[in-house]
Amino acid sequence: MGCSDQKCGCGNSNELVSLQLKVPANDYGCKTPSNDPVPTSKPYIIGGIETRAGEIPQISARLDWKDYLGAFKVRWGIRRDQYRVDPGLYAVGIPNDRSDIFVTANYKFSFDLVRKNLNGVNAWLLVLDTKGVNVWCAAGKGTFGTKELVRRIQLTSLDKVVIHRRLILPQLGATGVAAHLVKEVSGFTVIYGPVRATDIPAFVQANYKASKEMRRVKFDWYDRLKLVPNDIIYNMRYLLTMLIVISVLSGINANGYSMQQALRNIVPIAKIVAAGYIAGIVFTPLLLPYIPTRNFSFKGLILGAIVSMLLFLNHSLDGGLMVNFAEIFFISSFSSFLAMNFTGASTYTSLAGVKKEMKIAIPVQVIFGAIAVMLLVLEIAI
Amino acid sequence: MERLRYFSEVLTLDLIQEKCNNCGMCVKVCPHEVFELKDKKVRIIGRDFCMECGACKRNCPQGAIVLDVGDGCGCAAGIIQGAFNGTAPTCGGPDKGTCCN
Repeated sequence: MGCSDQKCGCGNSNELVSLQLKVPANDYGCKTPSNDPVPTSKPYIIGGIETRAGEIPQISARLDWKDYLGAFKVRWGIRRDQYRVDPGLYAVGIPNDRSDIFVTANYKFSFDLVRKNLNGVNAWLLVLDTKGVNVWCAAGKGTFGTKELVRRIQLTSLDKVVIHRRLILPQLGATGVAAHLVKEVSGFTVIYGPVRATDIPAFVQANYKASKEMRRVKFDWYDRLKLVPNDIIYNMRYLLTMLIVISVLSGINANGYSMQQALRNIVPIAKIVAAGYIAGIVFTPLLLPYIPTRNFSFKGLILGAIVSMLLFLNHSLDGGLMVNFAEIFFISSFSSFLAMNFTGASTYTSLAGVKKEMKIAIPVQVIFGAIAVMLLVLEIAI
Repeated sequence: MERLRYFSEVLTLDLIQEKCNNCGMCVKVCPHEVFELKDKKVRIIGRDFCMECGACKRNCPQGAIVLDVGDGCGCAAGIIQGAFNGTAPTCGGPDKGTCCN
C-alpha cells in the first residue's frame, strides 16, 4: 500500500487550519530550521547539499541490509512504534532549486519506500512528523495533515530552497490534507501522486498524472499475506489469555478441582486455541474474497467451523462427543472474533459498517462461547 | 478478481450537484474509484465501494460532498479499545498500541 503498509485513512481528524498560521519563534531554534544539527550518525545520510536555506542532508536512494532487516522486523511487530526518522527536508541525488519535492511520513518504512523509488532522480524529500505512523493512518489521525504540512514548509524554509511552488503528496495523504487550504496558507500547490511509492517513477514519466490504476487502493493476496506476521504477534495476547483461562478452568471436575488435570489439559487446549487462531488470523485474511458474505466476523466463523469440523472428522479433537462439540463452537467463535479484528487492517471498511457488523457479531460470538461452556458443564455433570 | 466490498447500506456519501464545480479533485483523491469525471461532469459511480475515508470531503473546495466520517476508523479492534478506555475508537496511539502504524 505504497507509503503505508496498513489501512487506516479514516477521516477522523478534526484539525482546523487557522489562516494566520505563524510558526512560533522558538520553533525555529536559532537560524537553520528543523534540520539544525545534521545527524551524521544515520546510515542513510551520505552528505549534504548547500541551499539558500542552509545545508540539507543528502540521503541514499539505495537501501542496505539494515534497512531490509528493519523492514522485516516491523512486519513482525518488533519495535514498530520506534521505527522513525527525523522530520525535515532531505535531498535525494543532487537536487537544485527547480527539483520536485516529494512529501512522506516519518515512519521509516514509508521513508525507505519513497527514497528507494526515487533512485536516479534528483529531488527533495519533505518528511512530516507523523509520530512514526504511516501516511494513510497518520492522515486519518490528522498528523499527516494540512497543519503539519504548512508548519513543516515554514520550518524548512522551503520557499528559499526551491523557486517553484509545487509539492507531490502520496494520494492517501488526502484524508488529512486539504490541498486548497495548503495553497491558500503556504502558496504551495499540492499534486496528489500515486497511492504506492513504487509507481513514483511511472507517475513522473507520465508528466505528473496518476493513472486510474495508480490511484486505486488494492488488497490482493500478497497485500494480505504481508499483514499476517504482525497480526500473529499483535493478537498473541488473546491467544495466551484464552489458553490460560481455559486451562485453569479445565481443572474443574465432579469432585472439585484438580491441578494435575488442568496441567494435563494444557496441550490439548493449546491445540484448540491454536486452531481458532490460525483460522481467524491466517486463513480468513488469505481467503478473504473467496469466503461468502461481506461480514468479516461471519467469514471467520465459517472458516473456524470448517477447520474444527475437519479436525473432528480427522479424529484430531480430544475428548468425547460432547467435548468435541464444545471445541467446535469455541474454535468458530474465537476465529470469528479474530477475523472481525482484521477489519482495521483491510483497506475498504467504513466505521459505520464495522459498527453495524459488531452489533450482531459480538452477541453471536458470546452465544457460541456460552454454548461451548454449557456443553462442558453438562459433560462434567453427567 | 472481483473488487472487495463492504456494507453499503450504512454509507452516508452524497454529492450536491448544485455546489459542485466539477474540478475533479474528488476523483483524484478517492482510493476506490467512487467518482468519475466524464464530459466535464463529476458523478458518483461506485458508491458501494466507499469506505468513508473522508479524502474527497476534505479536498472539496466547494463543500459539495456530504459525508459523515464518524469518529474513528473502520476497525473493530479500535472500537473495542475505545470501549475499554471509554473514548472514541482509537488505536492506542503511536506510544501505546503497535497495531496501527
